[in-house]
Amino acid sequence: MRNPLSSTITQIKPSGIRKFFDIVSEMNDPDVISLGVGEPDFETPWHIRDEGIYSLEKGRTFYTSNAGLVELREEISKYLKRRYDLSYDARTEMLVTVGGSEAIDIALRAMVDPGDEVLIPQPSYVSYEPCAVLAGAKPVIIELKHENQFRLTAQELEDAITDKTKILILPFPNNPTGAIMERKDLEAIAEVIIKHDLFVLSDEIYSELCYTDHHVSIANIPGMWERTVLINGFSKSHAMTGWRLGYACAPEHIIEQMYKIHQFCIMCAPTTSQYAAIDAMRNGDEDVQKMRESYNQRRRFLVHAFQEMGLECFEPFGAFYIFPCIKEFGMTSDEFAMKFLEAEKVAVVPGTAFGDSGEGFLRISYAYSLEKLKVAVERLNRFVTKLRENK
Amino acid sequence: MREQILAIIEKNSRIDLRELAIILGVDETTILNEMENMEKEGVICGYHTLIDWEKTDVEKVNALIEVRVTPQRGNGFDSVAERIYKYPEVHAVYLISGGYDLLVTLEGKSLKEVSRFVSEKLSILDPVISTATHFILKKYKDHGTILGKKETDERMQITP
Repeated sequence: MRNPLSSTITQIKPSGIRKFFDIVSEMNDPDVISLGVGEPDFETPWHIRDEGIYSLEKGRTFYTSNAGLVELREEISKYLKRRYDLSYDARTEMLVTVGGSEAIDIALRAMVDPGDEVLIPQPSYVSYEPCAVLAGAKPVIIELKHENQFRLTAQELEDAITDKTKILILPFPNNPTGAIMERKDLEAIAEVIIKHDLFVLSDEIYSELCYTDHHVSIANIPGMWERTVLINGFSKSHAMTGWRLGYACAPEHIIEQMYKIHQFCIMCAPTTSQYAAIDAMRNGDEDVQKMRESYNQRRRFLVHAFQEMGLECFEPFGAFYIFPCIKEFGMTSDEFAMKFLEAEKVAVVPGTAFGDSGEGFLRISYAYSLEKLKVAVERLNRFVTKLRENK
Repeated sequence: MREQILAIIEKNSRIDLRELAIILGVDETTILNEMENMEKEGVICGYHTLIDWEKTDVEKVNALIEVRVTPQRGNGFDSVAERIYKYPEVHAVYLISGGYDLLVTLEGKSLKEVSRFVSEKLSILDPVISTATHFILKKYKDHGTILGKKETDERMQITP
């Protein structure tokens, strides 16, 4: 029989996180504390869930228009204006998608030709590289550095650009490092982007979880709106991961082409989720504020605890991850994570799951209650102390 | 800062000063001063514990009593309310809009004890026109906390 599979897909490695997930699941030990989850610990606020239920009761169980309910798009447009001072036309410059994930995929597919290079700063979310490969592009990795607090510098960007480079993926606030890009950082890279006539795919799914003054979108930097595909969604901001709802915003001629892929492959985002999301946009700002404050408290707790432990770690100002350095112990991230899990029953994700430049680091999620984090920190402290004693 | 402190200690009054300072990103003295001031000003009125008595061997009966009263010249409902809240078995007294005036919550050892309080202490007060007593059969949620249900984490243990 012939090989049924495409060579493109077979050469893509499965996500490094999968292996660790299997190990933890197989342990099936109630005493294991996992700090490995990349989604909020909050349930979706009740008034949002209620709207979803209500829409089902009303019998709203049909497709919506391909681009998403007009009412929802109008609310998203108002929200982007109110929160980030961004202007997008609800009818022509926006597409409601199945999570931010779909938006990443279709944006890349709509924008690259075979051989085009896509710049991917790492450590970062696991889907950019495979999506670029599936779109026929050549992914080019930019290794972000601890000494820059894992921000992307203009120099790093400049060094990675060739005459084939077309798109830069900009994943900030960042999973797994918690790094952010402030206005001055964005202005510095914008200059390079404009000079080399590149486009940006800005994944701002964690934009509401920013613990400095305010998140700044690169689309807000002069000259960048027309070069940016903005991706955001409801998963992190409104604790709606399971609803699978995100959106992409871009100039009309880009959205038009993304729309075609979305129309043929997806049809439309889940109807129930869209109705619920209208309420999230209208009445959810206070929930978002409360959750952000709660994450911020946990963030301060962990940063402080790691300082006391003497674990090298820059202060993360975004998302809900902290990314400590474990190089002093002379182990790889994988080894450390495995031994820590065996010895103290705490699961964390090795930094290498997010790219080779994550070697020597761990991703620790603080989407957990303070009580849980306290226990986990005690165990980590014990583990680290033993390692240092045995040196 | 005050609102942030209050939001936290309203849910967990046992949190220690040092931890409170860390998670709010300020020093301990600031917290200490704010708390002392709020105690002095009567913003913080006490540090109580939420107990699910159902899970203990202690027998307790709780009742809500609707009370209609005649307001008094000069001070309206205040003097009647004061007369009622002085009884130690009375848990709470609220002035209510709508069909009656005061809502009194009461805790007693038995139905009999509560009934006796209503008939012998409350109803006979001059300004009291009528009472309606409702016994609480089961508490599902109290002070924003769902009783008796353990929280579970429905999430997968490791996700990207």
